[in-house]
Amino acid sequence: MSLDTTRIAYATIVRKEVSRFMRIWQQTLMPPVITTSLYFVIFGNLIGPRIGSMEGFRYMDFIVPGLILMSVITNAYSNVSSSFFGAKFQRSIEELQVSPTPNWVILAGYVTGGMVRGLLVGLVVTIVALMFSRLRLHSVPVALSVILLTAMLFSLAGFINGLFARNFDDVSIIPTFVLTPLIYLGGVFYTINLLPPFWQTVSHVNPILYMINGFRYGFIGISDIGLGLSFAIAVTFIVVLFGASLYLLERGYGIRD
Amino acid sequence: MTAALSIENLEKRYANGVEALKGISLEVRDGDFFGLLGKNGAGKSTAIGIICSLINKTRGKVRIFGIDIDRDFPGAKACLGVVPQEMNFSVFETPLQIVLNQAGYYGIPRRIAAERAERYLKHLDLWDKRNGISRELSGGMKRRLMIARALMHEPSLLILDEPTAGVDIEIRRSMWEFIRSINNVGTTIILTTHYLEEAESLCRNIAIIDEGEIVENTSTRQLLSKLQREVYVLDLQKPLRELPEFGRGRWRLTDPTTLEVDISKEQGLNGVFRQLNAREIRVQSMRNKSNRLEQLFLDTVNREERRES
Ligand SMILES: Nc1ncnc2c1ncn2[C@@H]1O[C@H](COP(=O)(O)OP(=O)(O)OP(=O)(O)O)[C@@H](O)[C@H]1O
Ligand SMILES: [Mg+2]
Repeated sequence: MSLDTTRIAYATIVRKEVSRFMRIWQQTLMPPVITTSLYFVIFGNLIGPRIGSMEGFRYMDFIVPGLILMSVITNAYSNVSSSFFGAKFQRSIEELQVSPTPNWVILAGYVTGGMVRGLLVGLVVTIVALMFSRLRLHSVPVALSVILLTAMLFSLAGFINGLFARNFDDVSIIPTFVLTPLIYLGGVFYTINLLPPFWQTVSHVNPILYMINGFRYGFIGISDIGLGLSFAIAVTFIVVLFGASLYLLERGYGIRD
Repeated sequence: MTAALSIENLEKRYANGVEALKGISLEVRDGDFFGLLGKNGAGKSTAIGIICSLINKTRGKVRIFGIDIDRDFPGAKACLGVVPQEMNFSVFETPLQIVLNQAGYYGIPRRIAAERAERYLKHLDLWDKRNGISRELSGGMKRRLMIARALMHEPSLLILDEPTAGVDIEIRRSMWEFIRSINNVGTTIILTTHYLEEAESLCRNIAIIDEGEIVENTSTRQLLSKLQREVYVLDLQKPLRELPEFGRGRWRLTDPTTLEVDISKEQGLNGVFRQLNAREIRVQSMRNKSNRLEQLFLDTVNREERRES
């Protein structure tokens, strides 16, 4: 395919993906807004003042970045996993398979769709957060690049989930049993400095810890982790997941007999 | 001239061990209207799936307009359009979205795609339904939508896997006209169908596939000339109590006013009427029991079965 036709194919997939989650906005955009609002009200307003400060910041200000990132992660992930699995299930993925669209464009299109949903939800949650907290921004470039990389990383992870999924349960299993625990243990609500040394070490195996701390640095300028390490880990994961997805697509894993 | 499609020793063994294709070879000329016939499970859809990359082949070669699919799949796919046997679009999208997206996947700019969408959706009587959700289309409309979708990139080779299954007679006829008109402007067509009158009226060449092997591959006319025997059904004016003693030919009385007779090509019909007249049996009307190609098809696949047992 020429550059122009590739661009059109890519734009078509992205447009289709965005219109899919917009069409069912009650299921895709509303829930994260409601849950995070509850977090803000309960942890920020009701319990937060009793906790006092965390690393010298109001508890509310401390948890906001993590909550925003949490909604980006879950939405980017589930958008791609459920959309791709849905396309497999309805066999509409064949529309792409019979076309000359290269696999990397298919992958890029789905991942972009997931990123758009993740970032859009992140934006809405940020707006909600502004009602509860005076958001400060320590470094816009850091916050933006971390959130972009995170959205990309979890869109790719969702894609792999979609490729492997054989039924609807397979789409919800990973978010429930892997993603959510990793997010909660990744320091959304606390600094890992509060943990005993052993659990601090264990926490470092959790990739989400690096994203959350990087993102929090963008807001309040503190992090449990070196910033460089956060970026290095995110980029490494992205490269590995992209390579794995592309390999599986080329082999037709789960989509070709 | 390069063939529109050329298949050499194509084999497919599914993961469950089913040998769906046992080394088939086929050539479809550019501009042809080609029928691929066979019983349920013969391997038609498997062959089509391999040609358009929905199924991995086990062995063999496929070339589309001379392009080897192992070497340059995107190049081959660009000239290929396919209407699958089973529905494969998102039922939550509208017909217009579905055809526009398909065009997009082939890199067709939106403006051109919009013109074509209007043309093909109108041709296939779906224009009024373009903005409704596809789930609400009837079965026949869904099939037509898949035809419109396959035409969006104006392929040179169009493969239709049972496009008229479940479509009413009137629309089937208009679909025939439409597909014929596409063929007339030079598009090569490969069609599978279980309606043999459809194959007889549309296809110039026919291959019959049986249990993963090609058992017949010739022109429709050649094929029909092989027909040795036809069955006629005679509706009688007065009921008969039992089958009279006839001379030659195989006669059956299926009910008191219906006689069936097998007639070979040499025999002709005159002898039949002579025998009927001699016994003063009056015939009210007469028809072929089955379509001619249907008879031939049954003869061919049954011959294969006998050979095997
Ligand atoms: N995904 C699959 N996995 C395993 N076996 C399959 C699969 N798809 C088809 N088969 C088997 O392969 C053989 C050929 O099937 P195919 O669908 O190609 O037949 P067909 O000629 O298209 O039949 P029909 O007229 O019913 O559409 C059958 O025995 C079928 O059971
Ligand atoms: Mg079939």
